[in-house]
Amino acid sequence: MSIYRRKDLLGLRDIEREEIEAILSTAVPMKDIITRDVKKVPTLKGKSVITLFYENSTRTRTSFDLAGRYLSADTPNLAVSTSSVQKGESLKDTIKTIEMMGPDVLVMRHPLSGAPHYVARNTSMHVINAGDGINEHPTQALLDMYSILERKGRLEGLKVAIVGDILHSRVARSNIFGLSKFGCELRVVGPSTLMPSNIEKLGVKVYTDLKEGIRGVDVINVLRIQRERQQSGLFPSIDEYQELYMVRTEHLSLAADDAIVLHPGPMNRGIEISTELAESSRCVVNEQVANGVAVRMAILYLMLGGGKDEIAG
Amino acid sequence: MKFRQKAVIMDAESIRRALTRIAHEISEANKGVDGVALVGIRRRGGPLAYRLASRIESIEGVKPPVGVLDITLYRDDLTTLGPAPIVHRTEVDFDVADKTIVLVDDVIFTGRTVRAALDALMDLGRPRRIQLAVLIDRGHRELPIKPDFVGKNVPTSRQEIVSVLVEEIDKEDKVVIEEIIE
Repeated sequence: MSIYRRKDLLGLRDIEREEIEAILSTAVPMKDIITRDVKKVPTLKGKSVITLFYENSTRTRTSFDLAGRYLSADTPNLAVSTSSVQKGESLKDTIKTIEMMGPDVLVMRHPLSGAPHYVARNTSMHVINAGDGINEHPTQALLDMYSILERKGRLEGLKVAIVGDILHSRVARSNIFGLSKFGCELRVVGPSTLMPSNIEKLGVKVYTDLKEGIRGVDVINVLRIQRERQQSGLFPSIDEYQELYMVRTEHLSLAADDAIVLHPGPMNRGIEISTELAESSRCVVNEQVANGVAVRMAILYLMLGGGKDEIAG
Repeated sequence: MKFRQKAVIMDAESIRRALTRIAHEISEANKGVDGVALVGIRRRGGPLAYRLASRIESIEGVKPPVGVLDITLYRDDLTTLGPAPIVHRTEVDFDVADKTIVLVDDVIFTGRTVRAALDALMDLGRPRRIQLAVLIDRGHRELPIKPDFVGKNVPTSRQEIVSVLVEEIDKEDKVVIEEIIE
């Protein structure tokens, strides 16, 4: 029996460690499927997974799209930029309209934190949060955890540094919530202006010095500088950021011997990560992309693969 | 649910003899085991496939390749179940194309597991031929599927449960018939 019985996946804050383990272990056979010649199993035939993104994204949406297709689900996409949303339709009406067309899962990205939670409470569809404002991006954190587990063989007790704009990063928050359930030692590294106040309360150590922050760590998760989210005054200049916080190959000598580097993509080479490091075998960014499809397959399977009656709200 | 054991229908010795006979039949039917590979259906078909391969090795001097198939993603009853069942890995490290694949399972009942296994196997490649070996055939087929090699035919009622226990998983070798008492 599977341990994952939720209607929705909204974040990693309120999810149990056992549920995360169920997703990560199910992703292993899913990854086998995407590496073979026939990349399709009939499991979710007759189910549909609709993607609704209120922010730009190609990779996350394509990843969900392929994850659904590999499991034989149909994966239509509602393009917000060309839809009635542009004519002023409310979120609630958009969701109701989609629901009446009958998809089983709604994958949603929205610039407002909490929007998928609101939708989940008001629809019978399963809702997967593909990023809400500066709150959470659970599937990204799960694929990060899978990638770490694949390279390191464990999560328990690892030292992980998350580097960059912590303030605006839903990836950082989901990683913190997820990894802290596995007893990882978590550090956040970045300029103090981009560090949320009271972040220590999430059980992380705060560093404003990159070299100190990555000393001895097993994993460095380099965040993308989201220029679209920067308010004036918080972000130093690109040059200053690059000087103080760009992670370079030579920094690896400060970290643990076999430390790996993650990046959620798309990379700003030469700003938060050097090109040389991005190309090195220690950087797992390409594996992360493949693992993302496997992890999303696992989530869709666990949500839709069983019967309906035993799923708890 | 509670079960009551009604009868032990095979012990370790009779299982051993049945597997030895099936191993002989596989090599006889295929005129040796050139191009033959065994694929066990998870869970208990896996250990049985490995045992058959060892028997075949002692007969033919060649050990056929062995793989293990997880058919969860190919089941036709997923929506009638509770939560989604756990998916395990399929471990078939050889190319199935143009081989004679002997599918191995512990019990054949409705035939639906074998149907799923056939689909799962075909997605790995195009075998030249597929044969089916089971330790127990308990009848009540719902699909036109028939095993090529059978350890023991056991007439049962639909309400009964046939459980094959294997040393590798259950710490003992035995086949029992059980019934649900509540």
